[in-house]
Amino acid sequence: MNKLRMRFSKTGRAIYISHLDLMATMQRAFSRAGNRLKYSEGFNPRPQISIALPLSVGCASVCELMDFQLLEEQVDITSLKDRLNATMPEGIEVQEIYEPTRKNAELKWLAIEGVFEYDDRSVDIMCNQLAAFFSRESIVIEKKTKRGFGEVDVRPSIREISFFARAGGAVALAATISAQNPTLNPDLLPASLRALCPEIAPDFAKFTRIEPYDAEMKVFR
Amino acid sequence: MDKRLERILPRVQKPARYTGGEYNQIIKNKDEVELRLAFCFPDTYEIGMSNLGMKILYKTMNSLPFVWCERAFAPWGDMYEEMKKADMPLYALESGDSLDKFDALAFSIGYEMAYTTVLDMLAMAGVPLRSADRHDLLPIVFAGGSACVNGEPMAPFMDLFVIGEGEEMNNELLTLLRRAKAEGWSKKQFLREAAHIGGVYVPGLYEIDYNPDGTVKSITPTDGAPEKVQKRIVEDLDAAPYPTDPIVPSTEVVQDKVDIELFRGCVRGCRFCQAGHIYRPIRAKKPETLIRQGIETLQNTGYEDVTLLSLSTSDYRHLTALCDGLLEYCEPRSIGLALPSLRADNFSMELMERLQRVRKTGLTFAVEGGSQRLRDAINKNVTEEELLHTCAIAFAGGWNSVKLYYMLGLPTETDDDIRGIADMADQVLHCWRENAKNKNRGVRITISTSCFIPKPHSPFQWEAQISKEEYLRRVNLLRTSITARNVTYNWHDAETSVIESALSRGDRRLGDVLEAVWRAGGRLDAWSDYFSFERWENAFASCGLDLAWYASRERGLDEVLPWDMIDVGVRRAHLVRERERCYASELSPDCRKQCSACGAAKMLHGRKCDE
Repeated sequence: MNKLRMRFSKTGRAIYISHLDLMATMQRAFSRAGNRLKYSEGFNPRPQISIALPLSVGCASVCELMDFQLLEEQVDITSLKDRLNATMPEGIEVQEIYEPTRKNAELKWLAIEGVFEYDDRSVDIMCNQLAAFFSRESIVIEKKTKRGFGEVDVRPSIREISFFARAGGAVALAATISAQNPTLNPDLLPASLRALCPEIAPDFAKFTRIEPYDAEMKVFR
Repeated sequence: MDKRLERILPRVQKPARYTGGEYNQIIKNKDEVELRLAFCFPDTYEIGMSNLGMKILYKTMNSLPFVWCERAFAPWGDMYEEMKKADMPLYALESGDSLDKFDALAFSIGYEMAYTTVLDMLAMAGVPLRSADRHDLLPIVFAGGSACVNGEPMAPFMDLFVIGEGEEMNNELLTLLRRAKAEGWSKKQFLREAAHIGGVYVPGLYEIDYNPDGTVKSITPTDGAPEKVQKRIVEDLDAAPYPTDPIVPSTEVVQDKVDIELFRGCVRGCRFCQAGHIYRPIRAKKPETLIRQGIETLQNTGYEDVTLLSLSTSDYRHLTALCDGLLEYCEPRSIGLALPSLRADNFSMELMERLQRVRKTGLTFAVEGGSQRLRDAINKNVTEEELLHTCAIAFAGGWNSVKLYYMLGLPTETDDDIRGIADMADQVLHCWRENAKNKNRGVRITISTSCFIPKPHSPFQWEAQISKEEYLRRVNLLRTSITARNVTYNWHDAETSVIESALSRGDRRLGDVLEAVWRAGGRLDAWSDYFSFERWENAFASCGLDLAWYASRERGLDEVLPWDMIDVGVRRAHLVRERERCYASELSPDCRKQCSACGAAKMLHGRKCDE
C-alpha cells in the first residue's frame, strides 16, 4: 500500500516514552491491530516508519506526524484508526490517517504552548519581564553541540511569543517557533532564562506541541 | 500526575519505567474494590517486567473482582535520590497512589540478594519494617517466590510467606483477607486462619530454639499451625489460568518478548540445582495449549519474538510438534522463535538449524564441572564427547563462538578437575580447527566461572562453600592453565556468592543483619553498582554473627535445618541418597529412565508425574 501519514497525540503518561521506544510501541500497536508495517530489507530489518519531528522526552504533543507503509494492499483507513486506538498505550491517540500530499521538508514552524511554574514569585511581574526578555534583538546562549560548545542565537527561531499570568503560580505561554532549519527545542526557552536572566527563570517548565505550519504559516498536514 | 513526580521525571534516566500507563495494564475503580494490593518486585522495572511469575500472578489476582492488584518496582539510584529529596513515598504504577494506602503488599522474591531491597521498599512505602511493629490487620505484608523455600532471614519482616505456585493459593489468601477486613478481625486471628491455607507459612507462629553452638535446636509450631508447610502446586497446567494479555512495557525491558512456559520441574536432577528440586513434580503443558496460548499472546501484545521457557527445553516431549505449530504462525509474520536451555545433542542442533532468524553467533553450554568424574558427581549428564560432537556440527554450520559455564568449589572438586576446564577449551579449539567452514572469521571460546552456592532443598544443602580466598586460588589455577590465545576467561567475584550462601541457608537471626545492611544504605544488592561486601561484613560483626559460620560451614546430617518446616515435596532421604552418590561419583538416571521415587509425585494426587 502507498505511503500513509498518521497524525496522533502523545500526552499524559505517554510523554515519557522516548522516541526509540515509541517506534517499538507503534510497531506493536500495528501488529495488535492486525496490520503489518513494511520492513526495510537487509540483515537487520526495521519497520519503515518515520516521525516528522522527533519529540523530546517530557514534551507533550497533539500534532505528531508519522509516515508509514503497510504490507497489506487493501486497508480501510477509517477502521485502521479505530483499531489502532483500541490497542494504544494510555496517552497515545490517533487523530487521523491519510495519504500525504506534502513532503516533511516543507514543515517550518510549530505552534507550542507551555507552562512556566514559579514557586515563590509573583506571576504578574514575571509575565511582564518575560515579555520584555523575549523582545530582545538577540538571545545568544551557549549550547552543547556534537563538537563541544557553540553559541546559538535563539531569537530568530521565535516567530512570536506571549505570556499570560495564571492562577496557582504559573505563567502560560503561547509561541510559534522554528521546527526545522534550525530546530528550536522548547527547553531552550527556560534554558536561555537560566543563562541570561536567572531571576525570571521558572522553577519548572513544560510544553505541548499544538500545530505544525509551513513557511507561509499555513497548517501543515 | 503527582506534581512532585512531574518535576522529578525529566531529570532521571528512562522515566517511562516510573509512569505506568502501558498497554494491557489493569485499571479498576478504587471505590468499587474491597482490597488494594501492591505487587512489589524488589528490583528494577526492567527486571520485574520480564518475570513470568509476575505476569501470571498480576492477572490471576486481578481476576478477583474485589481486588485491584497494582505494581511497584524499586527505583534506580537516581530516581531513588530524587524521591528522597522530594519526600515522595513509593507509589504503585497504575494509580500513582502511595503504597501506604494499600491493604496488602506482596513481594516476589526470586533471589536472596533482593532482601535488602524489600526492606527498602517497605521503608519507602512508609510501612514499619518488622511484622511485630505492624499491629493492625492492614496492611498485610507477605512474600512468595523461589527464595522463600527458605525465607527465614526475612521472617521478622513478613507476616506470612506463600510457598510454591501462587495461581490458586494467592487468591485463597486474598479471599480470606477480604473476609477478615469486612469482619474486622485482628491481625493475629487472620494469620492463625491463613496458616490453614495450603502453602501458607506464618513465621510468627513458629518458635525457634537454638543450641549453644548456634545451630537450630527445635522448631515448634504454635496456635495450631501445621508442623510442615507443604508447597502448593498447580496440578494441571493446561487448565491453569495463563494470561495471554500481559502488559506490554512502553520502554525496553530485559525480556521483551512472548514467554511460552513448556513445563515446570525438571527430569535431570543435577545435584547442585535448587530449581530442579523445588519445582517438582514435572508437569508439562500439551503442545496444543502452548500453540494456542502463544499465538493469542502474540496477537494481544504485538511482540515479534517468542521464547520457550523451562528448565531444560530439550526435555519437552513434544518439542518438534510445538515448534512446527508455532513456526507455521511465526514464519510468515517474521516472528522469531528462541529456544534457550537446549541440551548439547544432535537433535537440538538440527532444531536450531531449522529455526528462522537464529543468528549464528553464540552457543552457550552450562558444563558446570571440568572432568567427567566431577560431572558424574554432580549428576550433570553432559559428556565431553557429546559436547564436542555438538560443537563440530555447530562450527561446520557457521557458528564461531562458544561459551562454557562452570562452577568452582563444587563438592569433591580437585585441582585436576580445574585443569580439566582448560583442557576442554583446548579440545573445543581443536574441534573448531577441524570443522570450521570459514577459518578466516576466527573463533571465540569463553570460559566463565562462578562460585558454587549450596542451596536449601537440594542434595548439596549440607555442603560447605569454599572460602573466597580458596575460590580465588582456584581461579588463578585455571587462569594459568589456559594457554590458548583464542580462549577468554571471565570469573565472577566470590563476594556476592559468600553473602548469597549465608542468606540462602540462614536462619531468622539474620533479619538483624539485613536490617543493619539496609540502615547502612544497602539496597539493590544484586547489582555490583550497589553491592558492598564491607557493608555486609560490618553488619554481621555489629550483630555478633559469624559470616563464615553461615556461608561456609558444612551442616551435619543430624542438624535441624532452619528451613525444616518447609516441605517442597522431595523427601529428605532422597536428598541424602543423592549426596552419597555424589561422593561415590555415581550418576543417577534421569526421571524418564527410572523414577527415583523422590516423593514429589504424591502432590499430584494420583495424576502421573511428567505426563
